[in-house]
Amino acid sequence: MSSLIEKSLTEIHSLLIAGEVTAVDAVKACLQQIEKTEPQIKALLAKNGEEALKQAEEMDKQGPDSSKPLWGVPVVIKDVLATKDITTTCGSKILENFVPFYDATSVTKLKEAGAIIIAKANMDEFAMGSTTENSAYQTTLNPCDLSRVPGGSSGGSGATVTAGQCFAALGTDTGGSIRLPASFCGCVGVKPTYGRVSRYGMIAYGSSLDQIGPMTRTVEDSARVLSVIAGHDKRDSTSVNCEVPDYIGALAERTDLSGLTIGLPEEYWGEGLSEEVSETCRNAIKKAEELGAKTVPVKLNMTEYAIATYYIIAMAEASSNLSRFDGVRYGHRTKDADELIDLYTKSRTEAFGDEVQRRIIIGTYVLSAGYYDAYYCKAAQIRRLMRNDFEKAFESCDLIAGPACPTTAFPVGELTADPLQMYLMDIFTISLNLVGMPGMSLPVGIGKDTNMPVGLQLMAPAFGETTMLQAANVLEKNLPDFSKPQMV
Amino acid sequence: MKLSTEEVARVANLARLDLSEEKTEIFAGQLHNILTYMDKLNEIDTSNVEPMFSPVEHTTVLRKDIVVKEHTRDEILANAPDSDGQYFIVPRIV
Repeated sequence: MSSLIEKSLTEIHSLLIAGEVTAVDAVKACLQQIEKTEPQIKALLAKNGEEALKQAEEMDKQGPDSSKPLWGVPVVIKDVLATKDITTTCGSKILENFVPFYDATSVTKLKEAGAIIIAKANMDEFAMGSTTENSAYQTTLNPCDLSRVPGGSSGGSGATVTAGQCFAALGTDTGGSIRLPASFCGCVGVKPTYGRVSRYGMIAYGSSLDQIGPMTRTVEDSARVLSVIAGHDKRDSTSVNCEVPDYIGALAERTDLSGLTIGLPEEYWGEGLSEEVSETCRNAIKKAEELGAKTVPVKLNMTEYAIATYYIIAMAEASSNLSRFDGVRYGHRTKDADELIDLYTKSRTEAFGDEVQRRIIIGTYVLSAGYYDAYYCKAAQIRRLMRNDFEKAFESCDLIAGPACPTTAFPVGELTADPLQMYLMDIFTISLNLVGMPGMSLPVGIGKDTNMPVGLQLMAPAFGETTMLQAANVLEKNLPDFSKPQMV
Repeated sequence: MKLSTEEVARVANLARLDLSEEKTEIFAGQLHNILTYMDKLNEIDTSNVEPMFSPVEHTTVLRKDIVVKEHTRDEILANAPDSDGQYFIVPRIV
């Protein structure tokens, strides 16, 4: 990597504002890294290099603007977010040539903060998958080991950050889709509280679960990006109208973990966890204790029901959200239809991939007359019990910690034939989406068996991002140095 | 509960998907496994639990009913698979 690319977002921003690096330098460094690494990892879909360079030249002419927290910083956006004049496919053939005429609110906010969009990140089709093997275009590979998956569905976002192709990426997390690739690729990934970031312009999968968040190389970088994209948006009625704290300023307020209680749910630390993940995460908890944190056992009794609950709700919402893809107003249209219903059916059948079709069918089934109460309503009731569970656990602790995933990144192709087994990989991340609380994955070491990164998951009560980021920042700065496996 | 291939085909039809026979067979097996797994929710008594459909349970958002023209016709038609510059074109309906 060039030395510029090795900088964190915060470092490159300081250099940009001081005029020691130009926006053109920053964009060129990223584009060179893309040219070098992209043939191997395939993290990106639409590239916006020329436009990004033009924009950087314009910005350099005007000179640095210190009021903009991302001035001149090249970023990548997951292809689920609408980007004006840049193709947005959601990883699906059904949106192959779709060019939005507007930006998602989070993208508008990044642009207003001075960020430069250099590309769109590959993803599982409609964000459905845990490995980024379900993209209709290409399989992204893990930059730390090209024979392994980067995690999903924001695998392109995780891989692009780890490979040094950009300084930050936006991902989305419906059941762990930011935290899982962050854990597998060894970067920081934050899923904010539901309602903290506007979902306007995000192509919906499970509307009551989806949340947009940053993927970066450091905690401070994530705090910086989150502070930009957070906030109320009148275009999203589920975005919450409450003040956005000063996430970056708050980081400096804490240098150790004294006075902080971390809950360790036994359901996250027992059976099913690989030995290397368990050991690496336990070492991180030990470090947290050395730094002054008190740890207490907590119960999350409903964990074993999380996956079933989640998939019923997510698939039900997906089947409804994806009904808008009918070949009439945008997206793929069959060349071979005689009448309207035929046009809908053929267009959808031709362009949706297998995983999407599978989820639409299950979603339609669980919402259909006769099954609604048995599945969807039942899942919604259990969802409330899960939230009660978390609220009770947070009565005795400030944060909850556990692994982000039971294993490190696994080999490409290992789980593609068994969807249920794939769903089970999300066991530790899914509950938070159901209850709407924030969580993040912090790289805490390298597993000794696979030599792959391990992510520790920190979880907080709703709108408790500040404490979560503070603790992660302290831990990041105090954990022993571990160098991530480098891509060839 | 075993999900029959006929049932999978019926639900697919409702979802406007036309599955090949082979895919219907594969899906029936996979969906059976997935739904059987989901049946574990029946272990929990939820008779007095209010369902929670979203983490944000605030009241419906109301706004003034004012027409705002945010986008032009050309912009909206730009991604249309078929249009006459004024309207989306679809196959004959009646």
